[in-house]
Amino acid sequence: MKHTNDVILETVTSVITFIIFLFAVHLFFAGHYTPGGGFVGGLMTSAALVLVLLAFDLKTLRTILPFDYKWITTLGLLISVLTASGALLFNVPFFTHAYDYFDLPLFGKTSLHTAMLFDLGVYLVVVGVTMTIIQTIGESD
Amino acid sequence: MINLPLLPILLPLLTGVILMFFPKRIKAQRAVSLISTMLTILASVVLTQVVRTSGIQSVTLGSWPAPFGITLVSDMLSALLVLSTSILTFAVLWYSTVYLSDEHERFFYYIAVQFLLVGVNGAFTTGDIFNMFVFFEVFLISSYVLIVLGGKPEQLRESLKYVLINVISSALFVITVAYLYGIVGTLSMADISQKIAQSGQTGVLTVIAVLFLIVFGLKGAIFPLYFWLPGSYHVPPIPVLALFGALLTKVGVYAIIRTYTLFFYHETGFTHELLAILALATVVIGVIGALATRDVKQILIYNIVVAVGVILYGVAVMTRQSLEGAIFYLVHDMLIKAALFLLIGVMIGITGTSRLNEMGGLIKDYPRLAWTYFIAALSLAGIPPLSGFVGKLLIVRGGFEAGYWIGPALVLVSSLLVLYSVMQIFIRGFWGTPRRYAGKRKAVSGRLLLPAACLVILTVFYGIGTEFVRPYVTQAVDPLVDPSVYIEAVLKEGS
Repeated sequence: MKHTNDVILETVTSVITFIIFLFAVHLFFAGHYTPGGGFVGGLMTSAALVLVLLAFDLKTLRTILPFDYKWITTLGLLISVLTASGALLFNVPFFTHAYDYFDLPLFGKTSLHTAMLFDLGVYLVVVGVTMTIIQTIGESD
Repeated sequence: MINLPLLPILLPLLTGVILMFFPKRIKAQRAVSLISTMLTILASVVLTQVVRTSGIQSVTLGSWPAPFGITLVSDMLSALLVLSTSILTFAVLWYSTVYLSDEHERFFYYIAVQFLLVGVNGAFTTGDIFNMFVFFEVFLISSYVLIVLGGKPEQLRESLKYVLINVISSALFVITVAYLYGIVGTLSMADISQKIAQSGQTGVLTVIAVLFLIVFGLKGAIFPLYFWLPGSYHVPPIPVLALFGALLTKVGVYAIIRTYTLFFYHETGFTHELLAILALATVVIGVIGALATRDVKQILIYNIVVAVGVILYGVAVMTRQSLEGAIFYLVHDMLIKAALFLLIGVMIGITGTSRLNEMGGLIKDYPRLAWTYFIAALSLAGIPPLSGFVGKLLIVRGGFEAGYWIGPALVLVSSLLVLYSVMQIFIRGFWGTPRRYAGKRKAVSGRLLLPAACLVILTVFYGIGTEFVRPYVTQAVDPLVDPSVYIEAVLKEGS
């Protein structure tokens, strides 16, 4: 563990990271009706994680989020492929999506769409790939 | 089941994803990828039969109407190519389980092969020009992984060249699609064909046709765009080389066949004559290369170039007969090239070198290997009962009937020289005085021979059973000579 006096950077990071993360989640959920979606949401999430990397180091990130990012990529791919192949069960063309309106307790009348699940897959793949690239480059000397 | 054309793409995709969960468990990787490739073969057989009995299958993804969604179209041509791709991938995977070292297999080898299969099958099946670009990228990125896997210095050098060439040609592909979209305003291939037929093939469209020829020529290695191939294909290990040699250039050839029979068939005077000249030059260059080298890998690599030229000459002549010959030869060439690369892989595995000067007398200790190679070599050159014969016969006859004589004569002479080049391997490698060899894979040569021999047997049946294969090929030619068959099958809901 390195000992530096980046107190301001580290303090600011611990606050800002959450704001960036919330913004990323907002972008992700807003994608259907406004600009945003899985790709940019995923990139923004990785940006939050990269900020943690810059202020602290690889080891810290690994203690905070002990994931293998290759698994996250794989999980994302699996979610996307399965969402798209769900159509096979109903014998309609691949990628046919389903949606409906639901009355949720807190949000009121909300439309839920399976495209959302596909986007979740994209989101996870983007986070996984970006973090794998950065970690791999960061670790090799 | 309306999603049938999708299965040969979806199965390897799902397998690739599942394999990514346990990349280090080699035994499980082998078993899962072999079983799933078997299922892919099964799906392609069913697909071919369905296309045979009930015509072209098309499915537009997401339940959108035809020109607006991405359409996947399985006509007989793409179904046959998907079938042969799946079969030869299975043989190569089987071979890889014996040939490759654990070090190789642990670093995502089987995953990359599955994604390569996704890309190739997808490129053969898609009915949307931009989607074709995406599938090209899928198999190209997998091939970047496969070509550099192993990390030797010469692999680094050649893969850099390979990546550079393909990035440039992919950029050119996007630019060309953009031009085409700017003019016809659609990306669905059936719709593009219809729009071009309505407005007539103007000068700009002929320019785009030539641009497509450059793009797919870079992928498919035609003269003068073949220069990257001999170096880049020399460095990866044998199973990877067999996949590349049998599949990657053929996707470029398929794309040329598709675009030149579906889009740009109105002004054949310019485009198809250009294609014919380039195809013949490709044959000449390939033959010169194959005769000039004394390296077994290099001889076969130049034979890829020759075959690309022969097939494209058949396409350029554009008669029913020559197109039939081109398809016969395309399927034959995919299978036989894979088989030949696997066979010389066994040779290299025994001798530990790829140079012919350092080999000799293999027939004494390995008679089965020698005679399998002998049959494969005759088959490549097109000796009558074997599989290369009918394709070349039809191409040559088509050429003569269309009133040309230089082209068919060149194709005939090239067969002779191709035979000479592969017989060089037989004469110098298998005959002569036996030597002592210290190849690393000497002990497993019997197990390596098995998948290769299976492929050779398959091509023998393909040659003998021409009467059985013929109706399939005839059906594959229908949409090529009459694009309205293809258009009607795709846009049936729209009209």
